[in-house]
Amino acid sequence: MLRIFIHRLLLGIATVAMVSGIIFAAVEALPGDACTAILQRDASGERLANCRRELGLDRPAATRYAEWAFGAVRGDLGISAHNNKPIASLVGDRLKNTLLLAGCSLALGIPLALFLGVLTGLRRDKFSDLAISTIAIFAMTIPEFVTATVLIFVFSIWLGWVPGIVTASASSSLSAFFPGIVLPVIVLTMVMTAHIMRTVRSSVIDVMSSDYVQMATLKGAPYWQIVFRHALPNALLPAINVIALTVGWLLGGVVVVEKVFNYPGLGHYMIDSISDRDLPVVQAIALIVATAYVGVNLAADLLAMTFNPRLRTLKARSP
Amino acid sequence: MSDGPATLAAITARPSRILSVIREVLSRPSGFIGLFLIIAHVVLALFSPFFAPFDFKAMNANAILLPPDATHWLGTDQLGRDILTRTIMGGRQAILVTAIATPLAVAWGGLLGIYLGLVGGRLDDILMRVVDAFLALPWILKMLLMIVTFGTGVGVLIPTLAFFYGIPVIRIARAATQNIVARDFVLAARARGHSRGSIMRRELFGNVLDALMVEGAMRWSWMLLAFTSLSFLGFGVSPPTPDWGLMIADSRNFMAIAPWPAFAPVIALSSLIIGINLTADALAKALGIDRAQAAVH
Repeated sequence: MLRIFIHRLLLGIATVAMVSGIIFAAVEALPGDACTAILQRDASGERLANCRRELGLDRPAATRYAEWAFGAVRGDLGISAHNNKPIASLVGDRLKNTLLLAGCSLALGIPLALFLGVLTGLRRDKFSDLAISTIAIFAMTIPEFVTATVLIFVFSIWLGWVPGIVTASASSSLSAFFPGIVLPVIVLTMVMTAHIMRTVRSSVIDVMSSDYVQMATLKGAPYWQIVFRHALPNALLPAINVIALTVGWLLGGVVVVEKVFNYPGLGHYMIDSISDRDLPVVQAIALIVATAYVGVNLAADLLAMTFNPRLRTLKARSP
Repeated sequence: MSDGPATLAAITARPSRILSVIREVLSRPSGFIGLFLIIAHVVLALFSPFFAPFDFKAMNANAILLPPDATHWLGTDQLGRDILTRTIMGGRQAILVTAIATPLAVAWGGLLGIYLGLVGGRLDDILMRVVDAFLALPWILKMLLMIVTFGTGVGVLIPTLAFFYGIPVIRIARAATQNIVARDFVLAARARGHSRGSIMRRELFGNVLDALMVEGAMRWSWMLLAFTSLSFLGFGVSPPTPDWGLMIADSRNFMAIAPWPAFAPVIALSSLIIGINLTADALAKALGIDRAQAAVH
C-alpha cells in the first residue's frame, strides 16, 4: 500500500510538473509579455527594454521557468502586471470565494446526487428513472450560461426573489455573498448532480444484478437489508472518483458561471487576466487549478484503494 | 462492448450494420426525436440565408426592442435587428465548426488511443502523462490561450477544438482497445504474424468503433457547449454575425425591460443540444455501451 501511495504521489507530481511546463510554454507563446501589459501604449524602444531588464524578462526562458517554478513551490507566485500587487494575495481572495461557491454546491449536490442515483438505479427503466435520467442529461449538457439566463429571468427579474448578480467585491467577507450566491449555486448543483447521479445509477444497476446480491435475495434477506448492507457499500465506491472530477471542475471550470453572475472567483479573475494580458496571474491561476485537479483525483484514487483492496495493485489503477 | 458476432458483422457486412444501427436508433422515441431535431437544425443552418425574412445585420433605429408582432414575429433586438432572422441563422457558425471538428477529434484521438492501447510500453506511459497534464487544465483556459494567440477565425477554432477535444478520446479508445487486445482473436492475429497496422485495421477498428461513435456524439455536444460559451463570453463569433451565444449575452443587458430577445436563441441552442444527447443516448443503448462513464468536461 505504501509503495503504491508513493508511486501515485510521484506520478501526480510529475503531472503537475508537466502542466507547469505546458502553461509556461503557452504563456511564452502569447504575443506580448508583462512589460507590454504594464506600459501599454508606451511599450516601445528604450522604455520597453528597461522594463524587461528590470523584471528580468531579457533572460532566457529556461532560467525564468526555473525561477517561476521554484517561487511557486515556496508560495511566491510573483507580481501582478496589472496593479503591482503580489499575486498570492490577489489569487488567495478569489480562491476563498471559489471555495465558498464550490463548498455550497457540493454540500447541496452530493447528497442529492447520491439519493437520486440510488433511486433511479433501483427503479431502473421505470417511469421515475426515465424522467430523472432524461432531466439529468439536459442539466449536464445545456450550457451553464443558458440555464443561468433562464434562472435569472425567472427568479430575479420575474419573481424578484433573489438578486441576479453578486455585488460583493473579491475581498469582502463571506457573508456578503448571500443571497447573491443562491443562483450560481443552483446552476452548479444542477450540472454536478447530473454527472454524479448518472455514475451512481449505473453502478447501482451493476451491483444489483451481480451474483452476490442474487445470492442474498435467494437466501431470503429482506430487500432493504440487501440494498443497504450488501449493495450500496460497493455501489457507492465509483462515486468517489466522479466526485473528485466534479471538485476539480468546480475549482477551475466554472468560469462561465462566475462571469454570468459577476462572482469574484478564480475563473472570473482568470478570464479578466487573459483580457488584460496579465500573464503572471494567468500562469499562477492555471498552476493552482491544475494542482488542485491532480491532488483531488489522487486523493480519490487513494480513498478508493482504501475501501477496495482489489484496486491495490500497481497495474490495476494506473490510468 | 460488442462481442464476437457484432465483430463478424462489422467486418463482413459493414453497410448493412450501419443501416441496422440507424434503424435501431430510430426505433427508440429518444433516437427519433433526437435525430429529427439534429436534421432540422442542420437543414436550417444550410438553407436559412435563402428564406430569412430580413437582413441579419440590418439595423433599424425606429424598431428597437420591439415585442413580437406581425412584421417581426419574434420581435427585434437592441439595434432593431429581426430576432427570427438572427435565430434561424444563429447556429450556422456553431454547427459548421463543431460538425467538422468533432470527426477530426474522434479520428485523431481514436487512432492514437488504439495505437497506444495496442503497443503499450514506454511510449504509452509518457503520452498518457501528457494527456493527464492536458486534462488537468480547465478547457476554457486552453481555448482562451489559443484564441488570444491566434484569433477567433473558423480556421483557428476548428483545429483548436479538434485538438483539445481529441485528447479525452485517446483515453476512451485506449481503454476500449485494452479490453480487446488480450482476446483470443487478437492473439491469433499476432500469432499469424500480422503487422500492427493490419491488427489495428482488421481486428481493432470494428470493435472500438462502437465506443467511438457514442463518444463522438457526446464530444459534439460538449464542443457546442464550448463554442457557444466562448461566443457568450465575447471570445468566439464576432458581431454582427448572428450567433446564439452572442445573442443571449446581448439580451441580458435589457432583460428587465425586454426579455423576448433571449427566448428564441435559448430555445434554439437547447433544442439542438438536447437533440444530440437524445441521439447519443439512443445510439449508446442500441450499441450496448454504458454512457455514464463520461468524464466531466
